[in-house]
Amino acid sequence: MREVIIIGSGPAGYTAGIYTARAGLSPLLIASSVEAGGELMKTTEVENYPGFPTGLQGPELMDAFRAQAERFGTEVLLDDVIEVELSGDIKIVKTGGGLTFEAKTVILATGAAYRELGLPREKELSGHGVSWCATCDGFFFREKTIAVIGGGDSAMEEANFLTRFASKVYLIHRRDTFKASKIMQERALANPKIDVIWNTEVAQLHGDTKLSGITTRNTVDGTTAQLNLDGLFIAVGNDPRVWLVENQVELTAEKFIKVEGRSSKTSLPGVFACGDVIDPTYRQAITAAGSGCVAALDAEHYLASVK
Amino acid sequence: MSAKSVTTASFQADVLSSGKPVLVDFWAEWCGPCRMVSPILDEISAEHGEKLTIVKVNVDEEPQLAQQYGIVSIPALQVFQNGEVVKSIVGAKPKPQLLADLSDFIN
Repeated sequence: MREVIIIGSGPAGYTAGIYTARAGLSPLLIASSVEAGGELMKTTEVENYPGFPTGLQGPELMDAFRAQAERFGTEVLLDDVIEVELSGDIKIVKTGGGLTFEAKTVILATGAAYRELGLPREKELSGHGVSWCATCDGFFFREKTIAVIGGGDSAMEEANFLTRFASKVYLIHRRDTFKASKIMQERALANPKIDVIWNTEVAQLHGDTKLSGITTRNTVDGTTAQLNLDGLFIAVGNDPRVWLVENQVELTAEKFIKVEGRSSKTSLPGVFACGDVIDPTYRQAITAAGSGCVAALDAEHYLASVK
Repeated sequence: MSAKSVTTASFQADVLSSGKPVLVDFWAEWCGPCRMVSPILDEISAEHGEKLTIVKVNVDEEPQLAQQYGIVSIPALQVFQNGEVVKSIVGAKPKPQLLADLSDFIN
């Protein structure tokens, strides 16, 4: 029987690992087999994480998080949780690798998964011109014409990054302003390879075995247009990853895991949640890390109370 | 058993002329998900190597091969049989899903 199992390995999960390990709770952190490190593994330069004045690469930051968690005795398992039973005093966690664990507390740090546009053929064309990972796939679009969909920091970062490869990057956004931070917007708007198409959404994807273009629709007057593209990078936000627990813990109206006040306490005793899976608003590496710390302290307090 | 790296020069002999199915892992250093999939493929190679050969193509070093096989997203896993692509898997997947996707070749 474990004291603590942490599910997830982004900033929230690893921070919960650091704190619970330092509290002597020998946490098991189940990191995922192919997505360990979370969203930051797909980013390049991270410039806003405090303590790193010259910035660093996302994967580098996550390697450091992991090393710090392991230094104090967090056991990191590269496996995927496929089922949990959280309602009893003893929580049960099962993995895709066929392992079953028991624990007194579980910290849910499952983060968020990228949102799809929800268009026909999106799945078939995924990996064939439609992409959610500029750092993985940008390389293949040297001297090509591509588009990035979205208006947040991720969309700005992807568009800027992709100009290293592409000859032209359209940045398509459904509104007439970006919600990205000012510094990221300014970089995108000043980049000569980026053309912004405002008030526009994607209506259709074209292409047989690979993407050849899109039909766009103006969100103000409804007019449509054709745009020939070699690649389409989607950065329209994330949805909290709750499928594992949605029938067991209470969710908010927006489908985030519901926590009590500023704590990490879910509707079930001994079950705590932190990071992007509880946060509809801020969703930064630093806020997720802070939230992971809260969950660790809450779990520690709970364990002391049930002893 | 770590997967062998193949090049444009060795592709014919290592992949296209192989007597048994060959899974080609198109990857790159800078691709985080590729680094996660690589050890899983090594495990599959160790467990099923007698039925399926697993090799790697570094797309930075062999861009012509990536282009020839239409790779625009990595990790991309392509299974070759008798010189032709018979299965294409795009994106990092956990081992149970990969085993299921490859069941035609390893069972």
